[in-house]
Amino acid sequence: MLEIAGLNAWYGESHILHGIDFNVQEGEVVTLLGRNGAGKTTTMKSIMGLVGRREGSVKFKGAETIGMLPNQIARAGIAICPEERGIFGSLSVTENLMLPPVVAPGGLSVDEIYTLFPNLKERAKTAHGTRLSGGEQQMLAIARILRTGARMLLLDEPTEGLAPVIVQQIGRTIRAIKNRGFTVLLVEQNFRFAATVADRHYVVEHGQVIDMIPNAALEANMDKLHDYLGV
Amino acid sequence: MMMIFGIPAPLLFGQLLLGLINGAFYAMLSLGLAIIFGMLNIINFAHGALFMMGAFVAWALLNYLDIGYFPALILAPLIVGVFGVILEKTIISRLYKLDHLYGLLLTFGLSLVIEGLFRNAYGSSGMPYRIPSVLQGATDLGFMFMPNYRGWVVLSAAVVCLATWAIIEKTSLGATLRAATENAPLVQAFGVNVPRLITLTYGAGIALAAFAGVLAAPIYSVNPNMGTNFINTVFAVVVIGGMGSILGSIVTGFALGVVEGMTKVFYPQASATVVFVVMVIILLTRPRGLFGKAA
Ligand SMILES: Nc1ncnc2c1ncn2[C@@H]1O[C@H](COP(=O)(O)OP(=O)(O)O)[C@@H](O)[C@H]1O
Ligand SMILES: [Mg+2]
Repeated sequence: MLEIAGLNAWYGESHILHGIDFNVQEGEVVTLLGRNGAGKTTTMKSIMGLVGRREGSVKFKGAETIGMLPNQIARAGIAICPEERGIFGSLSVTENLMLPPVVAPGGLSVDEIYTLFPNLKERAKTAHGTRLSGGEQQMLAIARILRTGARMLLLDEPTEGLAPVIVQQIGRTIRAIKNRGFTVLLVEQNFRFAATVADRHYVVEHGQVIDMIPNAALEANMDKLHDYLGV
Repeated sequence: MMMIFGIPAPLLFGQLLLGLINGAFYAMLSLGLAIIFGMLNIINFAHGALFMMGAFVAWALLNYLDIGYFPALILAPLIVGVFGVILEKTIISRLYKLDHLYGLLLTFGLSLVIEGLFRNAYGSSGMPYRIPSVLQGATDLGFMFMPNYRGWVVLSAAVVCLATWAIIEKTSLGATLRAATENAPLVQAFGVNVPRLITLTYGAGIALAAFAGVLAAPIYSVNPNMGTNFINTVFAVVVIGGMGSILGSIVTGFALGVVEGMTKVFYPQASATVVFVVMVIILLTRPRGLFGKAA
Protein backbone atom coordinates (compact mmCIF):
# COMPACT_ATOMS: atom_id res chain seq x y z
CA MET A 1 0.00 0.00 0.00
CA LEU A 2 2.77 2.44 1.03
CA GLU A 3 6.43 1.84 0.16
CA ILE A 4 8.98 4.38 1.30
CA ALA A 5 12.61 4.16 0.22
CA GLY A 6 15.53 6.50 0.76
CA LEU A 7 13.28 9.34 1.94
CA ASN A 8 15.17 12.54 2.74
CA ALA A 9 13.53 15.72 3.96
CA TRP A 10 14.57 19.24 4.77
CA TYR A 11 13.07 22.22 6.59
CA GLY A 12 14.85 25.10 4.92
CA GLU A 13 18.52 24.33 5.43
CA SER A 14 18.09 21.69 8.13
CA HIS A 15 18.33 18.14 6.83
CA ILE A 16 15.96 16.13 9.03
CA LEU A 17 15.29 12.75 7.38
CA HIS A 18 18.32 10.78 6.20
CA GLY A 19 17.03 7.95 4.08
CA ILE A 20 13.88 6.57 5.70
CA ASP A 21 12.86 3.06 4.50
CA PHE A 22 9.71 1.20 5.46
CA ASN A 23 6.47 -0.12 4.06
CA VAL A 24 2.87 -0.59 5.12
CA GLN A 25 0.70 -3.38 3.71
CA GLU A 26 -2.97 -2.85 2.91
CA GLY A 27 -5.13 -3.28 6.00
CA GLU A 28 -2.23 -3.05 8.46
CA VAL A 29 -1.83 -0.76 11.45
CA VAL A 30 1.85 0.14 11.64
CA THR A 31 3.47 2.47 14.16
CA LEU A 32 6.47 4.71 14.11
CA LEU A 33 8.08 4.72 17.55
CA GLY A 34 10.98 6.87 18.61
CA ARG A 35 12.18 9.59 20.91
CA ASN A 36 11.10 13.20 20.67
CA GLY A 37 12.76 14.86 17.71
CA ALA A 38 13.58 11.54 15.99
CA GLY A 39 11.73 12.60 12.83
CA LYS A 40 8.37 10.81 13.12
CA THR A 41 6.23 13.87 12.47
CA THR A 42 8.55 14.91 9.67
CA THR A 43 8.08 11.48 8.10
CA MET A 44 4.30 11.91 8.21
CA LYS A 45 4.51 15.40 6.74
CA SER A 46 6.91 14.21 4.04
CA ILE A 47 4.48 11.50 2.97
CA MET A 48 1.86 14.26 2.58
CA GLY A 49 4.27 16.59 0.76
CA LEU A 50 4.18 19.12 3.60
CA VAL A 51 7.91 19.68 4.03
CA GLY A 52 10.04 22.26 2.24
CA ARG A 53 11.93 19.69 0.20
CA ARG A 54 11.79 15.89 -0.02
CA GLU A 55 13.72 13.36 -2.05
CA GLY A 56 13.67 9.60 -2.42
CA SER A 57 10.65 7.46 -3.16
CA VAL A 58 7.17 7.38 -1.64
CA LYS A 59 5.02 4.92 -3.57
CA PHE A 60 1.30 4.69 -2.83
CA LYS A 61 -0.55 1.75 -4.38
CA GLY A 62 2.47 1.32 -6.64
CA ALA A 63 2.47 4.90 -7.96
CA GLU A 64 5.29 7.33 -7.21
CA THR A 65 4.07 10.43 -5.31
CA ILE A 66 7.38 12.20 -4.64
CA GLY A 67 6.73 14.82 -7.34
CA MET A 68 3.12 15.45 -6.33
CA LEU A 69 1.58 18.39 -4.50
CA PRO A 70 -0.16 17.80 -1.14
CA ASN A 71 -3.61 18.18 -2.72
CA GLN A 72 -2.75 15.58 -5.36
CA ILE A 73 -1.47 13.16 -2.71
CA ALA A 74 -4.68 13.65 -0.74
CA ARG A 75 -6.74 12.98 -3.87
CA ALA A 76 -4.79 9.74 -4.37
CA GLY A 77 -6.27 8.55 -1.07
CA ILE A 78 -3.98 9.45 1.85
CA ALA A 79 -5.31 11.56 4.73
CA ILE A 80 -3.51 13.06 7.71
CA CYS A 81 -4.52 13.77 11.28
CA PRO A 82 -1.70 16.13 12.30
CA GLU A 83 0.06 16.18 15.65
CA GLU A 84 -1.28 19.63 16.51
CA ARG A 85 -4.76 18.38 15.46
CA GLY A 86 -5.38 21.31 13.14
CA ILE A 87 -8.92 22.15 14.25
CA PHE A 88 -10.04 25.45 12.73
CA GLY A 89 -11.28 28.08 15.18
CA SER A 90 -13.12 30.09 12.54
CA LEU A 91 -15.15 27.01 11.57
CA SER A 92 -17.97 25.42 13.54
CA VAL A 93 -17.65 21.80 14.63
CA THR A 94 -19.84 20.68 11.73
CA GLU A 95 -17.86 22.80 9.26
CA ASN A 96 -14.63 21.26 10.56
CA LEU A 97 -16.11 17.81 10.10
CA MET A 98 -17.29 18.54 6.55
CA LEU A 99 -14.19 20.46 5.46
CA PRO A 100 -12.00 17.77 3.84
CA PRO A 101 -13.38 16.99 0.37
CA VAL A 102 -14.48 13.43 -0.35
CA VAL A 103 -11.70 11.90 -2.48
CA ALA A 104 -13.14 8.43 -3.06
CA PRO A 105 -16.27 6.43 -2.27
CA GLY A 106 -16.21 4.19 0.80
CA GLY A 107 -15.78 6.77 3.56
CA LEU A 108 -17.85 6.69 6.73
CA SER A 109 -21.19 8.47 6.69
CA VAL A 110 -21.84 11.24 9.18
CA ASP A 111 -24.20 8.89 11.07
CA GLU A 112 -21.50 6.25 11.35
CA ILE A 113 -19.08 8.89 12.59
CA TYR A 114 -21.55 10.03 15.23
CA THR A 115 -21.97 6.40 16.32
CA LEU A 116 -18.20 6.15 16.78
CA PHE A 117 -17.97 9.56 18.47
CA PRO A 118 -21.24 10.37 20.26
CA ASN A 119 -19.63 13.45 21.87
CA LEU A 120 -19.20 15.06 18.48
CA LYS A 121 -22.89 14.75 17.77
CA GLU A 122 -23.68 16.57 21.00
CA ARG A 123 -21.18 19.31 20.19
CA ALA A 124 -22.04 19.58 16.48
CA LYS A 125 -23.58 23.05 16.88
CA THR A 126 -20.52 24.54 18.63
CA ALA A 127 -19.65 27.67 16.68
CA HIS A 128 -15.87 27.43 17.00
CA GLY A 129 -14.06 24.11 16.64
CA THR A 130 -11.38 25.23 19.06
CA ARG A 131 -13.96 25.58 21.86
CA LEU A 132 -13.99 21.78 22.16
CA SER A 133 -11.92 20.03 24.82
CA GLY A 134 -8.59 18.52 23.76
CA GLY A 135 -10.10 15.05 23.56
CA GLU A 136 -13.06 16.24 21.51
CA GLN A 137 -10.75 18.11 19.14
CA GLN A 138 -8.71 14.93 18.65
CA MET A 139 -11.86 12.95 17.89
CA LEU A 140 -12.95 15.61 15.42
CA ALA A 141 -9.52 15.55 13.75
CA ILE A 142 -9.81 11.79 13.26
CA ALA A 143 -13.50 11.85 12.38
CA ARG A 144 -13.17 14.36 9.56
CA ILE A 145 -10.66 12.20 7.65
CA LEU A 146 -12.81 9.07 8.02
CA ARG A 147 -15.47 10.77 5.88
CA THR A 148 -13.21 11.36 2.89
CA GLY A 149 -12.90 7.84 1.53
CA ALA A 150 -9.11 7.96 1.88
CA ARG A 151 -8.05 4.40 2.78
CA MET A 152 -4.60 5.27 4.11
CA LEU A 153 -4.68 7.28 7.33
CA LEU A 154 -1.70 8.98 8.97
CA LEU A 155 -2.39 9.56 12.68
CA ASP A 156 0.28 11.59 14.47
CA GLU A 157 0.20 11.00 18.23
CA PRO A 158 -3.58 10.87 18.56
CA THR A 159 -3.39 9.98 22.28
CA GLU A 160 -0.92 12.68 23.29
CA GLY A 161 -1.96 14.41 26.50
CA LEU A 162 -5.40 12.81 26.70
CA ALA A 163 -7.21 11.19 29.65
CA PRO A 164 -7.19 7.36 29.81
CA VAL A 165 -10.88 6.98 28.91
CA ILE A 166 -10.35 9.00 25.76
CA VAL A 167 -7.20 7.05 24.90
CA GLN A 168 -9.32 3.89 25.17
CA GLN A 169 -11.95 5.37 22.91
CA ILE A 170 -9.32 6.24 20.32
CA GLY A 171 -7.94 2.68 20.61
CA ARG A 172 -11.42 1.29 19.92
CA THR A 173 -11.74 3.62 16.94
CA ILE A 174 -8.45 2.49 15.43
CA ARG A 175 -9.45 -1.17 15.80
CA ALA A 176 -12.86 -0.42 14.30
CA ILE A 177 -11.43 1.27 11.22
CA LYS A 178 -8.86 -1.50 10.83
CA ASN A 179 -11.76 -3.96 10.78
CA ARG A 180 -13.29 -1.92 8.00
CA GLY A 181 -10.14 -2.41 5.95
CA PHE A 182 -8.46 0.98 6.47
CA THR A 183 -4.67 1.09 6.55
CA VAL A 184 -3.15 3.14 9.36
CA LEU A 185 0.28 4.61 9.97
CA LEU A 186 0.39 5.68 13.60
CA VAL A 187 2.97 7.74 15.47
CA GLU A 188 3.03 6.89 19.16
CA GLN A 189 5.16 7.70 22.18
CA ASN A 190 3.17 5.28 24.29
CA PHE A 191 4.14 1.82 23.05
CA ARG A 192 1.84 0.11 25.57
CA PHE A 193 -1.03 1.77 23.74
CA ALA A 194 0.58 1.01 20.38
CA ALA A 195 0.76 -2.67 21.28
CA THR A 196 -3.03 -2.81 21.66
CA VAL A 197 -3.73 -1.68 18.10
CA ALA A 198 -0.72 -2.33 15.84
CA ASP A 199 0.58 -5.18 13.67
CA ARG A 200 4.15 -3.97 13.40
CA HIS A 201 6.38 -1.24 14.81
CA TYR A 202 9.19 0.68 13.18
CA VAL A 203 11.72 2.46 15.36
CA VAL A 204 12.90 5.86 14.12
CA GLU A 205 16.09 7.53 15.32
CA HIS A 206 17.96 10.53 13.93
CA GLY A 207 15.88 10.59 10.78
CA GLN A 208 16.33 6.90 9.94
CA VAL A 209 14.42 3.68 10.56
CA ILE A 210 16.70 1.56 12.73
CA ASP A 211 14.54 -1.46 13.53
CA MET A 212 11.25 -3.24 12.88
CA ILE A 213 9.48 -5.25 15.55
CA PRO A 214 6.33 -7.31 14.84
CA ASN A 215 3.72 -6.72 17.53
CA ALA A 216 3.86 -10.38 18.56
CA ALA A 217 7.57 -9.99 19.33
CA LEU A 218 7.12 -6.80 21.36
CA GLU A 219 7.29 -8.49 24.78
CA ALA A 220 10.48 -10.35 23.83
CA ASN A 221 12.09 -7.10 22.70
CA MET A 222 11.13 -4.96 25.70
CA ASP A 223 14.70 -4.31 26.81
CA LYS A 224 15.79 -3.23 23.36
CA LEU A 225 12.74 -0.99 23.07
CA HIS A 226 13.35 0.69 26.42
CA ASP A 227 16.83 1.35 25.19
CA TYR A 228 15.63 2.86 21.89
CA LEU A 229 13.03 5.04 23.49
CA GLY A 230 15.04 5.97 26.56
CA VAL A 231 12.23 5.15 28.95
CA MET B 1 -39.00 74.06 7.32
CA MET B 2 -38.36 71.16 9.71
CA MET B 3 -35.17 71.55 11.73
CA ILE B 4 -33.12 68.87 13.52
CA PHE B 5 -30.46 70.07 15.96
CA GLY B 6 -30.81 73.47 14.35
CA ILE B 7 -30.07 72.04 10.90
CA PRO B 8 -32.67 72.01 8.10
CA ALA B 9 -33.89 68.40 7.75
CA PRO B 10 -33.33 68.13 3.97
CA LEU B 11 -29.70 69.18 4.43
CA LEU B 12 -29.20 66.67 7.20
CA PHE B 13 -30.80 63.81 5.27
CA GLY B 14 -29.05 64.86 2.08
CA GLN B 15 -25.68 64.59 3.79
CA LEU B 16 -26.73 61.33 5.43
CA LEU B 17 -27.45 59.92 1.97
CA LEU B 18 -24.15 61.20 0.58
CA GLY B 19 -22.43 59.64 3.57
CA LEU B 20 -24.17 56.33 2.90
CA ILE B 21 -23.07 56.46 -0.73
CA ASN B 22 -19.44 57.05 0.14
CA GLY B 23 -19.85 54.41 2.84
CA ALA B 24 -21.14 51.96 0.23
CA PHE B 25 -17.92 52.39 -1.75
CA TYR B 26 -15.77 52.19 1.37
CA ALA B 27 -17.56 48.97 2.34
CA MET B 28 -17.19 47.27 -1.06
CA LEU B 29 -13.55 48.25 -1.41
CA SER B 30 -12.47 47.41 2.12
CA LEU B 31 -14.39 44.12 1.91
CA GLY B 32 -12.32 43.12 -1.12
CA LEU B 33 -9.14 44.19 0.64
CA ALA B 34 -10.11 42.14 3.71
CA ILE B 35 -10.78 39.00 1.66
CA ILE B 36 -7.54 39.37 -0.25
CA PHE B 37 -5.53 40.08 2.88
CA GLY B 38 -6.99 37.02 4.60
CA MET B 39 -6.05 34.61 1.83
CA LEU B 40 -2.99 36.13 0.18
CA ASN B 41 -1.52 37.96 3.13
CA ILE B 42 -0.86 40.99 0.99
CA ILE B 43 -2.23 44.49 1.30
CA ASN B 44 -3.50 45.07 -2.20
CA PHE B 45 -2.47 48.62 -2.96
CA ALA B 46 -3.63 48.15 -6.55
CA HIS B 47 -7.23 48.05 -5.32
CA GLY B 48 -7.99 51.67 -6.20
CA ALA B 49 -6.53 51.30 -9.68
CA LEU B 50 -8.65 48.20 -10.32
CA PHE B 51 -11.76 50.06 -9.05
CA MET B 52 -10.93 52.75 -11.60
CA MET B 53 -10.50 50.09 -14.29
CA GLY B 54 -14.02 48.85 -13.54
CA ALA B 55 -15.39 52.31 -14.31
CA PHE B 56 -13.26 52.59 -17.44
CA VAL B 57 -14.30 49.19 -18.75
CA ALA B 58 -17.96 50.18 -18.29
CA TRP B 59 -17.27 53.44 -20.15
CA ALA B 60 -15.44 51.58 -22.93
CA LEU B 61 -18.19 48.98 -23.27
CA LEU B 62 -20.71 51.78 -23.73
CA ASN B 63 -18.67 53.96 -26.07
CA TYR B 64 -16.98 51.34 -28.22
CA LEU B 65 -19.44 48.44 -28.15
CA ASP B 66 -22.70 50.12 -27.25
CA ILE B 67 -23.11 47.82 -24.25
CA GLY B 68 -25.13 49.59 -21.57
CA TYR B 69 -24.96 50.01 -17.81
CA PHE B 70 -26.69 46.86 -16.58
CA PRO B 71 -24.72 44.39 -18.73
CA ALA B 72 -21.58 46.34 -17.77
CA LEU B 73 -22.39 45.80 -14.11
CA ILE B 74 -21.78 42.08 -14.77
CA LEU B 75 -19.22 42.25 -17.61
CA ALA B 76 -16.82 44.84 -16.20
CA PRO B 77 -16.22 42.92 -12.93
CA LEU B 78 -15.67 39.75 -14.98
CA ILE B 79 -13.19 41.42 -17.32
CA VAL B 80 -11.28 43.21 -14.56
CA GLY B 81 -11.49 40.06 -12.41
CA VAL B 82 -9.80 38.07 -15.17
CA PHE B 83 -7.15 40.78 -15.37
CA GLY B 84 -6.67 40.34 -11.60
CA VAL B 85 -6.34 36.59 -12.03
CA ILE B 86 -3.62 37.12 -14.63
CA LEU B 87 -1.81 39.60 -12.34
CA GLU B 88 -1.94 37.12 -9.47
CA LYS B 89 -0.77 34.17 -11.54
CA THR B 90 2.06 35.94 -13.31
CA ILE B 91 3.38 38.46 -10.77
CA ILE B 92 1.87 38.56 -7.30
CA SER B 93 2.13 34.81 -6.63
CA ARG B 94 5.92 35.07 -6.82
CA LEU B 95 5.98 37.07 -3.59
CA TYR B 96 4.10 34.82 -1.17
CA LYS B 97 7.26 33.47 0.42
CA LEU B 98 8.54 36.99 1.15
CA ASP B 99 7.59 39.58 3.75
CA HIS B 100 4.21 41.45 3.51
CA LEU B 101 6.08 44.56 2.60
CA TYR B 102 7.08 43.26 -0.83
CA GLY B 103 3.47 42.57 -1.78
CA LEU B 104 2.55 46.07 -0.69
CA LEU B 105 5.37 47.64 -2.71
CA LEU B 106 4.59 45.52 -5.76
CA THR B 107 0.88 46.31 -5.78
CA PHE B 108 1.62 49.97 -5.11
CA GLY B 109 3.89 49.94 -8.17
CA LEU B 110 1.25 48.15 -10.20
CA SER B 111 -1.32 50.80 -9.30
CA LEU B 112 1.03 53.57 -10.45
CA VAL B 113 1.62 51.75 -13.73
CA ILE B 114 -2.08 51.10 -14.36
CA GLU B 115 -3.11 54.66 -13.51
CA GLY B 116 -0.26 56.06 -15.59
CA LEU B 117 -1.31 54.04 -18.62
CA PHE B 118 -4.89 55.25 -18.34
CA ARG B 119 -3.78 58.86 -17.85
CA ASN B 120 -1.69 58.60 -21.01
CA ALA B 121 -4.53 57.18 -23.01
CA TYR B 122 -7.44 59.25 -21.69
CA GLY B 123 -5.99 62.29 -19.89
CA SER B 124 -6.97 63.27 -16.35
CA SER B 125 -9.98 65.44 -16.99
CA GLY B 126 -12.53 62.66 -16.72
CA MET B 127 -15.33 61.50 -18.95
CA PRO B 128 -19.03 61.52 -18.14
CA TYR B 129 -21.07 58.33 -17.85
CA ARG B 130 -24.82 58.82 -18.06
CA ILE B 131 -27.13 57.45 -15.42
CA PRO B 132 -29.23 54.71 -17.09
CA SER B 133 -32.67 56.09 -17.91
CA VAL B 134 -34.64 53.82 -15.56
CA LEU B 135 -32.58 55.13 -12.63
CA GLN B 136 -32.86 58.81 -13.50
CA GLY B 137 -35.07 61.18 -11.58
CA ALA B 138 -35.77 61.39 -7.88
CA THR B 139 -38.28 60.02 -5.42
CA ASP B 140 -40.07 62.08 -2.80
CA LEU B 141 -39.53 60.33 0.52
CA GLY B 142 -41.62 62.89 2.37
CA PHE B 143 -38.70 64.30 4.34
CA MET B 144 -36.43 64.69 1.29
CA PHE B 145 -36.02 64.05 -2.41
CA MET B 146 -33.80 61.08 -3.05
CA PRO B 147 -32.09 60.81 -6.45
CA ASN B 148 -33.00 57.31 -7.64
CA TYR B 149 -29.50 56.45 -8.77
CA ARG B 150 -28.08 57.18 -5.32
CA GLY B 151 -30.68 54.96 -3.69
CA TRP B 152 -29.80 52.25 -6.18
CA VAL B 153 -26.09 52.49 -5.32
CA VAL B 154 -26.68 52.15 -1.59
CA LEU B 155 -29.11 49.28 -2.09
CA SER B 156 -27.05 47.29 -4.56
CA ALA B 157 -23.85 47.79 -2.58
CA ALA B 158 -25.60 46.57 0.57
CA VAL B 159 -26.93 43.52 -1.27
CA VAL B 160 -23.54 42.66 -2.77
CA CYS B 161 -21.77 43.10 0.58
CA LEU B 162 -24.32 40.92 2.38
CA ALA B 163 -24.13 38.27 -0.34
CA THR B 164 -20.34 38.20 -0.08
CA TRP B 165 -20.57 37.94 3.69
CA ALA B 166 -23.10 35.09 3.39
CA ILE B 167 -20.90 33.18 0.95
CA ILE B 168 -17.94 33.43 3.30
CA GLU B 169 -19.76 32.72 6.55
CA LYS B 170 -22.54 30.36 5.50
CA THR B 171 -21.40 28.14 2.61
CA SER B 172 -18.96 25.26 2.39
CA LEU B 173 -16.85 27.23 -0.09
CA GLY B 174 -16.68 29.97 2.53
CA ALA B 175 -15.69 27.44 5.20
CA THR B 176 -12.85 26.26 2.96
CA LEU B 177 -11.75 29.86 2.47
CA ARG B 178 -11.79 30.56 6.20
CA ALA B 179 -9.88 27.36 6.90
CA ALA B 180 -7.26 28.18 4.25
CA THR B 181 -6.87 31.63 5.80
CA GLU B 182 -6.02 29.91 9.11
CA ASN B 183 -3.85 27.04 7.88
CA ALA B 184 -3.43 26.80 4.12
CA PRO B 185 -0.98 23.84 4.05
CA LEU B 186 -3.35 21.62 6.02
CA VAL B 187 -6.30 22.53 3.81
CA GLN B 188 -4.16 21.67 0.79
CA ALA B 189 -3.22 18.36 2.43
CA PHE B 190 -6.95 17.57 2.58
CA GLY B 191 -7.07 17.71 -1.20
CA VAL B 192 -8.05 21.32 -1.86
CA ASN B 193 -6.16 23.05 -4.68
CA VAL B 194 -5.19 26.00 -2.48
CA PRO B 195 -3.11 27.88 -5.07
CA ARG B 196 -6.12 27.94 -7.37
CA LEU B 197 -8.36 29.03 -4.50
CA ILE B 198 -5.97 31.90 -3.78
CA THR B 199 -6.02 33.00 -7.42
CA LEU B 200 -9.82 32.92 -7.53
CA THR B 201 -10.04 34.82 -4.26
CA TYR B 202 -7.87 37.57 -5.66
CA GLY B 203 -10.00 37.63 -8.80
CA ALA B 204 -13.19 37.86 -6.71
CA GLY B 205 -11.80 40.69 -4.55
CA ILE B 206 -10.85 42.56 -7.71
CA ALA B 207 -14.24 41.91 -9.30
CA LEU B 208 -15.83 43.47 -6.22
CA ALA B 209 -13.67 46.58 -6.69
CA ALA B 210 -14.59 46.73 -10.37
CA PHE B 211 -18.29 46.39 -9.53
CA ALA B 212 -17.92 49.36 -7.21
CA GLY B 213 -16.16 51.18 -10.06
CA VAL B 214 -19.13 50.66 -12.38
CA LEU B 215 -21.53 51.90 -9.69
CA ALA B 216 -19.30 54.94 -9.22
CA ALA B 217 -19.02 55.80 -12.93
CA PRO B 218 -22.26 57.86 -13.21
CA ILE B 219 -21.63 59.65 -9.88
CA TYR B 220 -18.00 60.70 -10.22
CA SER B 221 -16.63 61.26 -13.67
CA VAL B 222 -14.67 58.34 -15.08
CA ASN B 223 -11.05 59.40 -14.63
CA PRO B 224 -7.73 57.75 -13.88
CA ASN B 225 -7.47 59.24 -10.38
CA MET B 226 -10.89 58.20 -9.10
CA GLY B 227 -9.39 55.19 -7.29
CA THR B 228 -6.66 57.15 -5.57
CA ASN B 229 -9.22 59.60 -4.19
CA PHE B 230 -11.03 56.76 -2.46
CA ILE B 231 -8.30 54.40 -1.52
CA ASN B 232 -6.63 56.45 1.23
CA THR B 233 -9.88 56.59 3.16
CA VAL B 234 -10.49 52.91 2.42
CA PHE B 235 -7.20 51.93 4.02
CA ALA B 236 -8.17 53.94 7.10
CA VAL B 237 -11.48 52.02 7.11
CA VAL B 238 -9.59 48.73 6.97
CA VAL B 239 -7.42 49.72 9.93
CA ILE B 240 -10.43 50.91 11.94
CA GLY B 241 -12.53 47.83 11.17
CA GLY B 242 -9.72 45.39 11.84
CA MET B 243 -7.43 43.98 9.18
CA GLY B 244 -9.03 41.02 7.47
CA SER B 245 -12.40 41.14 9.25
CA ILE B 246 -15.24 40.58 6.76
CA LEU B 247 -18.17 41.89 8.78
CA GLY B 248 -15.91 44.59 10.24
CA SER B 249 -15.10 46.06 6.86
CA ILE B 250 -18.75 46.19 5.78
CA VAL B 251 -20.08 47.79 8.97
CA THR B 252 -17.12 50.13 9.35
CA GLY B 253 -17.31 51.18 5.70
CA PHE B 254 -20.94 52.27 5.87
CA ALA B 255 -20.54 53.75 9.37
CA LEU B 256 -17.55 55.88 8.49
CA GLY B 257 -19.27 57.17 5.37
CA VAL B 258 -22.09 58.35 7.61
CA VAL B 259 -19.69 59.83 10.17
CA GLU B 260 -18.02 61.74 7.36
CA GLY B 261 -21.36 62.96 6.03
CA MET B 262 -22.51 64.14 9.45
CA THR B 263 -19.23 65.91 10.03
CA LYS B 264 -19.90 67.86 6.84
CA VAL B 265 -23.15 69.08 8.40
CA PHE B 266 -21.94 69.93 11.88
CA TYR B 267 -18.30 70.82 11.41
CA PRO B 268 -17.43 70.92 7.71
CA GLN B 269 -13.80 71.91 8.31
CA ALA B 270 -13.10 68.44 9.76
CA SER B 271 -14.97 66.38 7.17
CA ALA B 272 -11.86 65.48 5.17
CA THR B 273 -9.89 64.37 8.21
CA VAL B 274 -12.47 62.89 10.56
CA VAL B 275 -11.89 59.33 9.32
CA PHE B 276 -8.18 59.63 10.02
CA VAL B 277 -8.84 61.09 13.46
CA VAL B 278 -11.01 58.07 14.19
CA MET B 279 -8.22 55.86 12.88
CA VAL B 280 -5.68 57.37 15.23
CA ILE B 281 -8.03 57.01 18.19
CA ILE B 282 -8.70 53.36 17.30
CA LEU B 283 -5.02 52.60 16.81
CA LEU B 284 -4.25 54.06 20.23
CA THR B 285 -7.05 52.29 22.06
CA ARG B 286 -7.76 49.09 20.09
CA PRO B 287 -4.80 48.47 17.80
CA ARG B 288 -6.44 45.41 16.23
CA GLY B 289 -9.41 47.46 15.08
CA LEU B 290 -13.05 47.39 16.13
CA PHE B 291 -13.70 43.89 14.76
CA GLY B 292 -10.16 42.51 14.79
CA LYS B 293 -9.47 39.31 16.66
CA ALA B 294 -6.83 39.14 19.36
CA ALA B 295 -3.69 37.35 18.26
N1 LIG C 1 9.31 23.40 11.06
C1 LIG C 1 10.55 22.99 11.42
N2 LIG C 1 11.64 23.70 11.06
C2 LIG C 1 12.88 23.29 11.41
N3 LIG C 1 13.14 22.17 12.10
C3 LIG C 1 12.10 21.41 12.49
C4 LIG C 1 10.75 21.78 12.18
N4 LIG C 1 9.93 20.84 12.69
C5 LIG C 1 10.72 19.94 13.29
N5 LIG C 1 12.02 20.28 13.18
C6 LIG C 1 13.17 19.50 13.69
O1 LIG C 1 13.15 18.24 13.06
C7 LIG C 1 13.51 17.23 13.94
C8 LIG C 1 12.48 16.13 13.90
O2 LIG C 1 11.27 16.64 14.41
P1 LIG C 1 9.92 15.82 14.39
O3 LIG C 1 9.77 15.15 13.08
O4 LIG C 1 8.84 16.74 14.82
O5 LIG C 1 10.19 14.73 15.53
P2 LIG C 1 9.20 13.74 16.27
O6 LIG C 1 7.86 13.85 15.67
O7 LIG C 1 9.81 12.40 16.07
O8 LIG C 1 9.21 14.14 17.71
C9 LIG C 1 13.68 17.86 15.30
O9 LIG C 1 15.07 18.04 15.53
C10 LIG C 1 13.00 19.19 15.17
O10 LIG C 1 13.65 20.16 15.96
MG1 LIG D 1 6.09 14.49 16.48
